[in-house]
Amino acid sequence: MVDPFILTLKLALISTLILFVISLPIAYALAFSSFRLKPLVEALVSLPLILPPSVLGFYLLLAFSPERGFGDFLQRYFDIRLVFTFPGLVISSVIYSLPFMVQPFQSGFRMIPRSLIEASYTLGRGRIDTLLHVLLPNMRAALITGSILAFAHTIGEFGVVLMIGGSIPGETRVVSIALYDEVQAMHYHSANIYAGILLAFSFVILVTVYTINQRFSNNLFRP
Amino acid sequence: MTVDIRKQLHAGSGRIAMELQFDIRNGELFALFGPSGAGKTSVARMIAGLLAPDEGRIIVDNQLWFDQLQAVNLPPQRRDVGVVFQEYALFPNMTVRENVAYGLKKEQPENVVDELLDIMELGKMEKVKPAMLSGGQKQRVALARALARRPKVLLLDEPTSALDAALRVRMQHYIRTVHDQHQMTTLLITHDVTEVIRLADRVLVIEQGNVVTQGAARDVLPLDDLRSLL
Repeated sequence: MVDPFILTLKLALISTLILFVISLPIAYALAFSSFRLKPLVEALVSLPLILPPSVLGFYLLLAFSPERGFGDFLQRYFDIRLVFTFPGLVISSVIYSLPFMVQPFQSGFRMIPRSLIEASYTLGRGRIDTLLHVLLPNMRAALITGSILAFAHTIGEFGVVLMIGGSIPGETRVVSIALYDEVQAMHYHSANIYAGILLAFSFVILVTVYTINQRFSNNLFRP
Repeated sequence: MTVDIRKQLHAGSGRIAMELQFDIRNGELFALFGPSGAGKTSVARMIAGLLAPDEGRIIVDNQLWFDQLQAVNLPPQRRDVGVVFQEYALFPNMTVRENVAYGLKKEQPENVVDELLDIMELGKMEKVKPAMLSGGQKQRVALARALARRPKVLLLDEPTSALDAALRVRMQHYIRTVHDQHQMTTLLITHDVTEVIRLADRVLVIEQGNVVTQGAARDVLPLDDLRSLL
Protein backbone atom coordinates (compact mmCIF):
# COMPACT_ATOMS: atom_id res chain seq x y z
CA MET A 1 0.00 0.00 0.00
CA VAL A 2 2.80 2.38 0.90
CA ASP A 3 5.25 1.36 -1.84
CA PRO A 4 3.47 3.11 -4.74
CA PHE A 5 3.46 6.35 -2.76
CA ILE A 6 7.18 6.20 -2.04
CA LEU A 7 7.89 5.36 -5.68
CA THR A 8 5.65 8.20 -6.90
CA LEU A 9 7.30 10.76 -4.62
CA LYS A 10 10.77 9.55 -5.65
CA LEU A 11 9.83 9.86 -9.32
CA ALA A 12 8.32 13.32 -8.85
CA LEU A 13 11.26 14.60 -6.82
CA ILE A 14 13.95 13.39 -9.22
CA SER A 15 12.01 14.60 -12.27
CA THR A 16 11.46 18.02 -10.69
CA LEU A 17 15.15 18.45 -9.89
CA ILE A 18 16.17 17.53 -13.43
CA LEU A 19 13.42 19.75 -14.86
CA PHE A 20 14.56 22.72 -12.77
CA VAL A 21 18.06 22.51 -14.19
CA ILE A 22 17.04 22.16 -17.84
CA SER A 23 14.06 24.53 -17.71
CA LEU A 24 16.06 27.56 -16.57
CA PRO A 25 18.19 27.89 -19.72
CA ILE A 26 15.24 27.04 -21.99
CA ALA A 27 12.98 29.63 -20.33
CA TYR A 28 15.80 32.22 -20.34
CA ALA A 29 16.38 31.75 -24.05
CA LEU A 30 12.67 31.88 -24.85
CA ALA A 31 12.13 34.98 -22.72
CA PHE A 32 15.07 37.10 -23.84
CA SER A 33 15.99 36.15 -27.37
CA SER A 34 14.15 36.03 -30.62
CA PHE A 35 15.29 33.64 -33.29
CA ARG A 36 13.53 32.37 -36.34
CA LEU A 37 12.81 28.90 -34.99
CA LYS A 38 11.52 30.19 -31.64
CA PRO A 39 7.82 29.42 -32.35
CA LEU A 40 8.89 25.88 -33.21
CA VAL A 41 10.77 25.45 -29.94
CA GLU A 42 7.89 26.95 -27.97
CA ALA A 43 5.43 24.60 -29.65
CA LEU A 44 7.66 21.58 -28.97
CA VAL A 45 8.01 22.49 -25.29
CA SER A 46 4.26 23.00 -24.94
CA LEU A 47 3.23 19.91 -26.88
CA PRO A 48 2.68 17.73 -23.77
CA LEU A 49 0.01 20.24 -22.65
CA ILE A 50 -2.39 19.16 -25.37
CA LEU A 51 -1.04 15.82 -26.55
CA PRO A 52 -2.89 12.77 -25.16
CA PRO A 53 -0.37 11.14 -22.77
CA SER A 54 -0.87 7.84 -24.55
CA VAL A 55 0.44 9.39 -27.78
CA LEU A 56 3.56 10.65 -26.05
CA GLY A 57 3.91 7.31 -24.30
CA PHE A 58 3.57 5.45 -27.58
CA TYR A 59 6.37 7.38 -29.27
CA LEU A 60 8.60 7.09 -26.21
CA LEU A 61 7.92 3.35 -26.23
CA LEU A 62 9.05 3.19 -29.83
CA ALA A 63 12.13 5.30 -29.09
CA PHE A 64 13.13 3.33 -26.00
CA SER A 65 12.39 -0.08 -27.44
CA PRO A 66 15.61 -2.18 -27.47
CA GLU A 67 14.65 -3.57 -30.87
CA ARG A 68 15.03 -0.18 -32.53
CA GLY A 69 17.68 2.48 -33.19
CA PHE A 70 17.98 4.58 -30.04
CA GLY A 71 16.91 1.90 -27.57
CA ASP A 72 19.16 -0.61 -29.28
CA PHE A 73 22.06 1.86 -29.13
CA LEU A 74 21.57 2.42 -25.39
CA GLN A 75 21.25 -1.28 -24.71
CA ARG A 76 24.24 -2.29 -26.79
CA TYR A 77 26.76 0.36 -25.80
CA PHE A 78 25.69 1.45 -22.32
CA ASP A 79 23.66 -1.54 -21.19
CA ILE A 80 20.81 0.82 -20.39
CA ARG A 81 17.25 -0.29 -20.81
CA LEU A 82 14.54 2.37 -20.58
CA VAL A 83 11.35 0.48 -21.28
CA PHE A 84 9.62 -0.76 -18.12
CA THR A 85 12.30 0.73 -15.88
CA PHE A 86 12.44 3.59 -13.38
CA PRO A 87 15.04 5.65 -15.35
CA GLY A 88 12.73 5.39 -18.37
CA LEU A 89 9.91 6.77 -16.25
CA VAL A 90 12.08 9.68 -15.13
CA ILE A 91 12.95 10.63 -18.71
CA SER A 92 9.31 10.45 -19.82
CA SER A 93 8.19 12.48 -16.80
CA VAL A 94 10.73 15.18 -17.61
CA ILE A 95 9.39 15.46 -21.17
CA TYR A 96 5.78 15.21 -20.01
CA SER A 97 6.04 17.93 -17.34
CA LEU A 98 8.42 20.27 -19.20
CA PRO A 99 5.83 22.96 -20.08
CA PHE A 100 4.63 23.11 -16.48
CA MET A 101 8.09 24.24 -15.42
CA VAL A 102 9.20 26.22 -18.49
CA GLN A 103 6.11 28.39 -18.87
CA PRO A 104 6.05 29.84 -15.31
CA PHE A 105 9.83 30.40 -15.51
CA GLN A 106 9.45 32.14 -18.87
CA SER A 107 6.77 34.52 -17.61
CA GLY A 108 8.82 35.05 -14.44
CA PHE A 109 11.77 36.23 -16.54
CA ARG A 110 9.49 38.48 -18.60
CA MET A 111 7.97 40.07 -15.48
CA ILE A 112 11.32 41.53 -14.42
CA PRO A 113 11.55 45.15 -15.55
CA ARG A 114 14.09 45.63 -18.30
CA SER A 115 15.66 48.51 -16.37
CA LEU A 116 16.77 46.18 -13.54
CA ILE A 117 18.75 44.08 -16.00
CA GLU A 118 20.21 47.17 -17.64
CA ALA A 119 21.10 48.64 -14.24
CA SER A 120 22.99 45.46 -13.43
CA TYR A 121 24.89 45.61 -16.73
CA THR A 122 25.88 49.25 -16.24
CA LEU A 123 27.13 48.29 -12.77
CA GLY A 124 29.67 46.05 -14.47
CA ARG A 125 27.92 42.74 -13.93
CA GLY A 126 27.63 40.15 -16.69
CA ARG A 127 24.75 37.86 -17.61
CA ILE A 128 25.50 35.12 -15.08
CA ASP A 129 25.86 37.57 -12.17
CA THR A 130 22.67 39.30 -13.25
CA LEU A 131 20.85 35.98 -13.48
CA LEU A 132 21.97 34.86 -10.03
CA HIS A 133 21.69 38.13 -8.11
CA VAL A 134 18.94 40.07 -9.89
CA LEU A 135 16.71 37.80 -11.99
CA LEU A 136 16.32 34.62 -9.94
CA PRO A 137 15.82 36.29 -6.52
CA ASN A 138 13.13 38.53 -8.00
CA MET A 139 11.19 35.69 -9.62
CA ARG A 140 10.97 33.40 -6.61
CA ALA A 141 7.20 33.07 -7.02
CA ALA A 142 7.64 31.80 -10.58
CA LEU A 143 10.39 29.39 -9.50
CA ILE A 144 8.28 27.97 -6.70
CA THR A 145 5.11 27.81 -8.80
CA GLY A 146 6.88 26.06 -11.70
CA SER A 147 8.52 23.54 -9.40
CA ILE A 148 5.31 22.73 -7.54
CA LEU A 149 3.29 22.40 -10.74
CA ALA A 150 5.85 20.13 -12.39
CA PHE A 151 6.06 18.04 -9.21
CA ALA A 152 2.29 17.74 -8.95
CA HIS A 153 1.87 17.04 -12.65
CA THR A 154 4.36 14.19 -12.42
CA ILE A 155 2.45 12.75 -9.48
CA GLY A 156 -0.72 12.79 -11.57
CA GLU A 157 0.94 11.10 -14.54
CA PHE A 158 -0.94 8.03 -15.81
CA GLY A 159 -1.05 7.50 -19.56
CA VAL A 160 2.66 7.82 -20.18
CA VAL A 161 3.54 5.52 -17.28
CA LEU A 162 1.06 2.96 -18.46
CA MET A 163 2.61 2.89 -21.94
CA ILE A 164 6.25 2.99 -20.99
CA GLY A 165 6.45 1.61 -17.45
CA GLY A 166 3.71 -0.90 -17.08
CA SER A 167 3.00 -1.87 -13.50
CA ILE A 168 6.07 -3.42 -11.95
CA PRO A 169 5.87 -3.18 -8.15
CA GLY A 170 8.71 -1.10 -6.70
CA GLU A 171 9.96 -0.15 -10.18
CA THR A 172 7.16 1.49 -12.16
CA ARG A 173 3.96 0.94 -10.16
CA VAL A 174 3.14 4.52 -9.18
CA VAL A 175 -0.02 5.53 -7.31
CA SER A 176 -2.16 6.30 -10.34
CA ILE A 177 -1.32 2.89 -11.82
CA ALA A 178 -1.92 1.14 -8.50
CA LEU A 179 -5.34 2.81 -8.37
CA TYR A 180 -6.15 1.54 -11.87
CA ASP A 181 -5.04 -1.98 -10.95
CA GLU A 182 -7.14 -1.99 -7.80
CA VAL A 183 -10.23 -0.94 -9.76
CA GLN A 184 -9.56 -3.62 -12.38
CA ALA A 185 -9.36 -6.18 -9.56
CA MET A 186 -12.53 -4.71 -8.03
CA HIS A 187 -10.72 -3.81 -4.77
CA TYR A 188 -12.73 -0.66 -4.32
CA HIS A 189 -11.64 -0.04 -0.74
CA SER A 190 -7.95 0.29 -1.64
CA ALA A 191 -8.86 2.20 -4.79
CA ASN A 192 -10.75 4.65 -2.64
CA ILE A 193 -7.74 5.26 -0.43
CA TYR A 194 -5.41 5.85 -3.40
CA ALA A 195 -7.89 8.16 -5.10
CA GLY A 196 -8.72 10.09 -1.94
CA ILE A 197 -5.08 10.77 -1.12
CA LEU A 198 -4.32 11.90 -4.70
CA LEU A 199 -7.35 14.19 -4.69
CA ALA A 200 -6.43 15.78 -1.35
CA PHE A 201 -2.82 16.14 -2.41
CA SER A 202 -3.73 17.86 -5.71
CA PHE A 203 -6.04 20.27 -3.93
CA VAL A 204 -3.44 21.20 -1.31
CA ILE A 205 -0.85 21.76 -4.05
CA LEU A 206 -3.10 24.17 -5.95
CA VAL A 207 -4.05 26.10 -2.80
CA THR A 208 -0.33 26.44 -2.05
CA VAL A 209 0.44 27.73 -5.55
CA TYR A 210 -2.33 30.31 -5.46
CA THR A 211 -1.34 31.44 -1.96
CA ILE A 212 2.25 31.94 -3.05
CA ASN A 213 1.17 33.87 -6.14
CA GLN A 214 -1.05 36.14 -4.11
CA ARG A 215 1.61 36.89 -1.53
CA PHE A 216 4.36 37.63 -4.05
CA SER A 217 2.37 39.57 -6.60
CA ASN A 218 1.15 41.97 -3.92
CA ASN A 219 4.47 43.51 -3.04
CA LEU A 220 6.98 43.27 -5.85
CA PHE A 221 7.99 45.98 -8.32
CA ARG A 222 5.97 48.77 -6.90
CA PRO A 223 7.74 51.86 -8.21
CA MET B 1 33.73 63.10 -24.20
CA THR B 2 32.84 63.39 -27.85
CA VAL B 3 29.44 62.26 -29.01
CA ASP B 4 28.66 62.17 -32.71
CA ILE B 5 25.65 59.97 -33.38
CA ARG B 6 22.87 59.34 -35.86
CA LYS B 7 19.93 57.11 -35.12
CA GLN B 8 16.42 56.48 -36.39
CA LEU B 9 14.16 56.47 -33.34
CA HIS B 10 10.57 55.33 -33.09
CA ALA B 11 9.04 57.59 -30.49
CA GLY B 12 5.44 57.93 -29.41
CA SER B 13 5.11 60.96 -31.64
CA GLY B 14 6.34 59.08 -34.71
CA ARG B 15 9.80 58.70 -36.23
CA ILE B 16 12.69 60.90 -35.22
CA ALA B 17 15.88 61.12 -37.25
CA MET B 18 18.35 61.88 -34.49
CA GLU B 19 21.56 63.61 -35.50
CA LEU B 20 23.64 64.96 -32.65
CA GLN B 21 27.16 66.15 -32.20
CA PHE B 22 28.52 67.57 -28.98
CA ASP B 23 31.56 67.61 -26.72
CA ILE B 24 31.57 67.48 -22.95
CA ARG B 25 34.72 68.59 -21.15
CA ASN B 26 36.20 66.34 -18.48
CA GLY B 27 34.81 67.22 -15.07
CA GLU B 28 31.96 69.22 -16.53
CA LEU B 29 28.33 69.00 -15.43
CA PHE B 30 26.58 69.12 -18.78
CA ALA B 31 22.81 69.28 -19.22
CA LEU B 32 20.79 67.81 -22.06
CA PHE B 33 17.61 69.82 -22.13
CA GLY B 34 14.50 69.44 -24.23
CA PRO B 35 10.82 68.56 -24.23
CA SER B 36 9.76 64.97 -23.59
CA GLY B 37 9.98 62.91 -26.75
CA ALA B 38 13.05 64.84 -27.96
CA GLY B 39 15.20 61.70 -27.63
CA LYS B 40 17.12 62.66 -24.48
CA THR B 41 16.87 59.26 -22.82
CA SER B 42 18.01 57.57 -26.02
CA VAL B 43 21.19 59.66 -25.95
CA ALA B 44 21.94 58.47 -22.41
CA ARG B 45 21.19 54.87 -23.41
CA MET B 46 23.57 55.11 -26.37
CA ILE B 47 26.36 56.50 -24.16
CA ALA B 48 25.75 53.75 -21.58
CA GLY B 49 25.89 51.04 -24.25
CA LEU B 50 22.25 49.99 -23.86
CA LEU B 51 21.28 51.15 -27.35
CA ALA B 52 23.48 51.18 -30.44
CA PRO B 53 23.53 54.25 -32.68
CA ASP B 54 23.07 53.61 -36.41
CA GLU B 55 26.17 55.61 -37.24
CA GLY B 56 28.81 57.71 -35.56
CA ARG B 57 31.27 57.59 -32.70
CA ILE B 58 31.39 57.97 -28.92
CA ILE B 59 34.81 58.71 -27.47
CA VAL B 60 35.49 59.11 -23.76
CA ASP B 61 38.94 60.11 -22.51
CA ASN B 62 40.54 59.02 -25.79
CA GLN B 63 38.93 55.61 -25.46
CA LEU B 64 36.62 54.49 -28.23
CA TRP B 65 33.29 53.32 -26.75
CA PHE B 66 31.45 53.18 -30.03
CA ASP B 67 32.51 53.50 -33.64
CA GLN B 68 30.25 52.20 -36.33
CA LEU B 69 32.94 52.35 -39.04
CA GLN B 70 35.45 50.38 -36.99
CA ALA B 71 32.71 48.08 -35.63
CA VAL B 72 33.56 49.03 -32.04
CA ASN B 73 30.70 48.79 -29.54
CA LEU B 74 31.81 48.24 -25.95
CA PRO B 75 29.21 46.47 -23.81
CA PRO B 76 27.85 48.46 -20.83
CA GLN B 77 30.02 46.43 -18.45
CA ARG B 78 33.20 47.77 -20.08
CA ARG B 79 32.14 51.39 -20.25
CA ASP B 80 33.16 53.27 -17.15
CA VAL B 81 29.73 54.74 -16.60
CA GLY B 82 27.23 55.16 -13.77
CA VAL B 83 23.56 55.49 -14.64
CA VAL B 84 20.68 56.82 -12.55
CA PHE B 85 17.55 55.60 -14.28
CA GLN B 86 14.37 57.62 -14.43
CA GLU B 87 12.42 54.87 -12.67
CA TYR B 88 15.24 54.26 -10.12
CA ALA B 89 15.65 50.58 -11.11
CA LEU B 90 16.64 49.55 -7.58
CA PHE B 91 16.90 45.81 -6.98
CA PRO B 92 13.80 44.89 -4.90
CA ASN B 93 15.47 41.84 -3.36
CA MET B 94 18.42 43.77 -1.91
CA THR B 95 18.66 46.16 1.03
CA VAL B 96 19.81 49.74 0.55
CA ARG B 97 23.36 48.74 1.49
CA GLU B 98 23.33 45.70 -0.83
CA ASN B 99 22.04 47.82 -3.71
CA VAL B 100 24.92 50.27 -3.31
CA ALA B 101 27.51 47.53 -2.72
CA TYR B 102 26.36 45.66 -5.85
CA GLY B 103 28.13 48.28 -7.95
CA LEU B 104 31.52 47.91 -6.25
CA LYS B 105 34.46 46.70 -8.27
CA LYS B 106 36.27 43.68 -6.83
CA GLU B 107 39.26 45.65 -5.62
CA GLN B 108 37.22 48.38 -3.94
CA PRO B 109 36.94 48.31 -0.13
CA GLU B 110 33.52 48.04 1.50
CA ASN B 111 33.90 51.42 3.24
CA VAL B 112 33.19 53.13 -0.09
CA VAL B 113 29.59 52.12 0.63
CA ASP B 114 29.64 53.62 4.14
CA GLU B 115 30.98 56.86 2.76
CA LEU B 116 28.26 57.09 0.11
CA LEU B 117 25.46 56.18 2.52
CA ASP B 118 26.82 58.92 4.74
CA ILE B 119 26.87 61.59 2.03
CA MET B 120 23.36 60.66 0.92
CA GLU B 121 22.14 60.52 4.53
CA LEU B 122 20.98 56.95 4.12
CA GLY B 123 22.91 55.40 7.01
CA LYS B 124 19.83 54.73 9.11
CA MET B 125 18.10 52.96 6.23
CA GLU B 126 20.92 50.70 5.15
CA LYS B 127 19.06 47.51 6.10
CA VAL B 128 15.75 48.54 4.51
CA LYS B 129 14.47 47.17 1.18
CA PRO B 130 13.55 49.65 -1.60
CA ALA B 131 9.80 48.98 -1.32
CA MET B 132 9.83 50.71 2.08
CA LEU B 133 11.54 53.89 0.82
CA SER B 134 10.05 57.19 -0.31
CA GLY B 135 10.70 58.53 -3.81
CA GLY B 136 13.43 60.87 -2.62
CA GLN B 137 15.18 58.13 -0.69
CA LYS B 138 15.01 55.74 -3.63
CA GLN B 139 16.56 58.36 -5.86
CA ARG B 140 19.44 58.89 -3.41
CA VAL B 141 20.06 55.13 -3.26
CA ALA B 142 20.10 55.04 -7.06
CA LEU B 143 22.62 57.88 -7.12
CA ALA B 144 24.81 56.25 -4.44
CA ARG B 145 24.73 52.95 -6.34
CA ALA B 146 25.76 54.58 -9.60
CA LEU B 147 28.65 56.33 -7.83
CA ALA B 148 30.03 53.29 -6.01
CA ARG B 149 32.22 52.26 -8.94
CA ARG B 150 33.64 55.78 -9.20
CA PRO B 151 32.69 56.00 -12.87
CA LYS B 152 34.34 58.39 -15.28
CA VAL B 153 30.94 59.36 -16.61
CA LEU B 154 27.73 59.79 -14.65
CA LEU B 155 24.42 59.75 -16.54
CA LEU B 156 21.40 61.15 -14.74
CA ASP B 157 18.07 60.61 -16.50
CA GLU B 158 15.50 63.06 -15.10
CA PRO B 159 16.80 62.40 -11.58
CA THR B 160 14.38 64.79 -9.86
CA SER B 161 11.29 64.63 -12.06
CA ALA B 162 9.38 62.33 -9.71
CA LEU B 163 10.11 64.44 -6.62
CA ASP B 164 8.21 67.34 -5.09
CA ALA B 165 9.73 70.83 -5.06
CA ALA B 166 11.48 70.65 -1.67
CA LEU B 167 12.96 67.21 -2.30
CA ARG B 168 14.02 68.30 -5.76
CA VAL B 169 16.19 71.08 -4.38
CA ARG B 170 17.75 68.68 -1.88
CA MET B 171 18.44 66.12 -4.58
CA GLN B 172 20.01 68.81 -6.75
CA HIS B 173 22.27 69.68 -3.82
CA TYR B 174 23.37 66.03 -3.55
CA ILE B 175 24.06 65.88 -7.28
CA ARG B 176 26.20 69.03 -7.23
CA THR B 177 28.05 67.82 -4.12
CA VAL B 178 28.99 64.41 -5.47
CA HIS B 179 29.83 65.78 -8.90
CA ASP B 180 32.31 68.22 -7.36
CA GLN B 181 33.73 65.64 -4.96
CA HIS B 182 34.19 62.85 -7.48
CA GLN B 183 35.30 65.08 -10.36
CA MET B 184 33.38 63.07 -12.90
CA THR B 185 31.96 64.08 -16.21
CA THR B 186 28.23 64.29 -15.62
CA LEU B 187 25.44 64.32 -18.19
CA LEU B 188 22.19 65.53 -16.68
CA ILE B 189 19.02 64.89 -18.64
CA THR B 190 16.17 67.16 -17.75
CA HIS B 191 13.19 69.11 -19.03
CA ASP B 192 13.32 71.48 -16.06
CA VAL B 193 14.80 74.91 -16.80
CA THR B 194 15.52 75.78 -13.17
CA GLU B 195 17.44 72.54 -12.76
CA VAL B 196 19.67 73.45 -15.66
CA ILE B 197 20.32 76.91 -14.20
CA ARG B 198 21.04 75.55 -10.73
CA LEU B 199 23.30 72.70 -11.72
CA ALA B 200 24.72 72.79 -15.19
CA ASP B 201 27.95 74.34 -16.40
CA ARG B 202 26.75 74.14 -19.98
CA VAL B 203 23.61 72.97 -21.70
CA LEU B 204 22.66 71.43 -25.02
CA VAL B 205 19.07 72.08 -26.06
CA ILE B 206 17.58 69.45 -28.36
CA GLU B 207 14.27 69.03 -30.06
CA GLN B 208 13.16 66.14 -32.30
CA GLY B 209 16.62 64.60 -32.02
CA ASN B 210 18.50 67.64 -33.25
CA VAL B 211 20.54 70.40 -31.64
CA VAL B 212 18.64 73.65 -31.21
CA THR B 213 21.37 75.52 -29.41
CA GLN B 214 24.14 75.07 -26.87
CA GLY B 215 26.28 77.07 -24.47
CA ALA B 216 26.29 78.39 -20.90
CA ALA B 217 22.87 77.91 -19.34
CA ARG B 218 22.19 81.58 -18.73
CA ASP B 219 23.02 82.53 -22.32
CA VAL B 220 21.05 79.82 -23.98
CA LEU B 221 17.79 79.36 -22.13
CA PRO B 222 14.80 81.66 -22.61
CA LEU B 223 15.26 84.20 -19.84
CA ASP B 224 11.70 85.44 -19.85
CA ASP B 225 10.56 81.96 -18.92
CA LEU B 226 13.16 81.97 -16.21
CA ARG B 227 12.10 85.22 -14.60
CA SER B 228 8.59 83.96 -14.31
CA LEU B 229 9.88 80.75 -12.78
CA LEU B 230 12.35 82.20 -10.31
